[in-house]
Amino acid sequence: MTTASASFGDPLIELSGVTKTYGRGQAAFQALRGVNFVIGEEDFVAVMGPSGSGKSTVMNILGCLDTPTSGAYLFRGVRVERLLRKERALLRRHYLGFVFQGFNLLARTSAQENVELPLLYRGESSSARHEAARAALSAVGLSGWETHTQAELSGGQQQRVAIARAIVTRPALLLADEPTGNLDTQCGREIMELLSVLNREKGITILMVTHEAEMAEYATRVIRFVDGRVESDVRNRERR
Amino acid sequence: MLWNALLLALRAIRRNLMRSFLTTLGIVIGVGAVITMVTLGNGATKAVQDEISSMGSNLLMMRPGQRMGPPEGAPNFKSGDAEAIQTQVGGLEAVAPTAAKSVTAVHMARNWSTSVTGTTNAYFKSGNWRLTSGRTFIEAEERAGKAVCVIGETVRRELFGSGNPVGDSIRIKQFSCEVIGVLASKGQSAMGRDQDDTIVMPLRTVQRRLTGRQDVDALLVSVKDGVSTGMVMERIKTLMRERRKIADGEDDNFNVMDTKQIAEALTGTTRILTTLLGAVAAVSLLVGGIGIMNIMLVSVTERTREIGIRLAIGALEGEVLLQFLIEAVVLASLGGLLGIVSATGASAALAKILKVPFLFNPGINALSFLFSAGIGVIFGYFPARRAAHLDPIEALRHE
Repeated sequence: MTTASASFGDPLIELSGVTKTYGRGQAAFQALRGVNFVIGEEDFVAVMGPSGSGKSTVMNILGCLDTPTSGAYLFRGVRVERLLRKERALLRRHYLGFVFQGFNLLARTSAQENVELPLLYRGESSSARHEAARAALSAVGLSGWETHTQAELSGGQQQRVAIARAIVTRPALLLADEPTGNLDTQCGREIMELLSVLNREKGITILMVTHEAEMAEYATRVIRFVDGRVESDVRNRERR
Repeated sequence: MLWNALLLALRAIRRNLMRSFLTTLGIVIGVGAVITMVTLGNGATKAVQDEISSMGSNLLMMRPGQRMGPPEGAPNFKSGDAEAIQTQVGGLEAVAPTAAKSVTAVHMARNWSTSVTGTTNAYFKSGNWRLTSGRTFIEAEERAGKAVCVIGETVRRELFGSGNPVGDSIRIKQFSCEVIGVLASKGQSAMGRDQDDTIVMPLRTVQRRLTGRQDVDALLVSVKDGVSTGMVMERIKTLMRERRKIADGEDDNFNVMDTKQIAEALTGTTRILTTLLGAVAAVSLLVGGIGIMNIMLVSVTERTREIGIRLAIGALEGEVLLQFLIEAVVLASLGGLLGIVSATGASAALAKILKVPFLFNPGINALSFLFSAGIGVIFGYFPARRAAHLDPIEALRHE
């Protein structure tokens, strides 16, 4: 392993001096104490660290769900922390994909409809939605499962549907928050294989939070957080 | 965007069919009640108007005593009053004196309690009565007080069944009375009295054989078309004050009513009742709206995670707001539609039971529907705004 001080390709994301404080006065809690890093296009970054180290906070800020208390967040050169709530929502809609630990599919809704959801908000036609959703489901290996609802799918399959939903819009950045946390090791490996393939073959930039060292090995780069700061930032010499 | 929101709303309603139905029940009942009340009220008003026109237009009714309450001490009219009015007041079609008495009429083994009206042939004209068979009185019968009668449809049915009574006779008290005619049916009056439950006899017959008095209970005066009833009323009042020897400054001890006034009073009353009942029903619509708000708030809490997912995926606040708002409006409108359907059924059935005409009123149906959709907007807005303002991070963490 070597220390990666510079980014891999063109910079997609730049964080500089980002802090985040929750609460005020005596109860104030500093979740981030000055975070700097750059993520290039087509990177596959694993963020690790103990609970409370600030990795979830970083995820929320990168995902435009939260804003930093101070510091700058550049997404393709845009100062995200200066955007309005609505503009951040549009940024999410057009450039980001989310995968969660708990899958977060809509209940009583078919896999197809779940995957179509982001396209619905983009205002795409019904036929375009259909085609794109089928393609995305096929890319995650779920051809033939389109009509199944969340209750009829295994955990691994649900996470695949969630990944299909995240990539159906061809996002610039895929954010995955402990994507294997609710799965057994075998299923977790399969999901990581899938993410790895999507990164390599489709060139999707991925940022993943995990606390399992084994899963981090699939990434090309590992950033470790401790107490709201980046403790180490290393590139995997050989990824799995 | 609107179409998408509608699609999402319909999907959400379909996912919770039972709850959606129970939610709309308040609106269904509210809209149903409003429409039923107004439809029946309009039917009742129509019934009153029909009855007034069946009573005859330009009809004045004279009774002894003040307008309201019993004729305390006021003397009845005399038979001569009718002739005096007929000859001394101009512009009259007919003046009919009437004297009434409750009796039991008997034919073969059947008997029937009804009332007898003693009057003259003028009664048929002023009361707008037609005959289905037989004839009215001839002058000799009136003068001699012969035991002849014209009977109403109800009396005919009760005493003769399906038979033809003309030429047959019925027994009233101690005397036998020949049936010479049958009146065409007029149905129920606005006050619910059966107008066909009547027997009409010459005035003198009733005075001699039933009341034993020479006086008259009431006078029916029908005014010629084109003659002002107000003017006629004044002339009659002046004449009667003279004939009844009422001193200047004393109140009348009789009253004259214009049926038009009665009609206006009655339709006014039914209108007020309709409005009141409609208002009460509208309150239930309001309660239905609060029910929708309640369920939508529960729904927002229950679907917090779903809202979080939508926001994370890139739904704008406005889109989430619109989705929940449309869901509420669709629910309320569906309730309105169901309410219209059930109200049409209920008011048609009730109109039959209450014997009022069923008048479908497109205005109130359209209004109720729009109102229920409006309730959806008003009571859906607060929960929808709450959903749209959720913090996506918190919402995603929600269990």
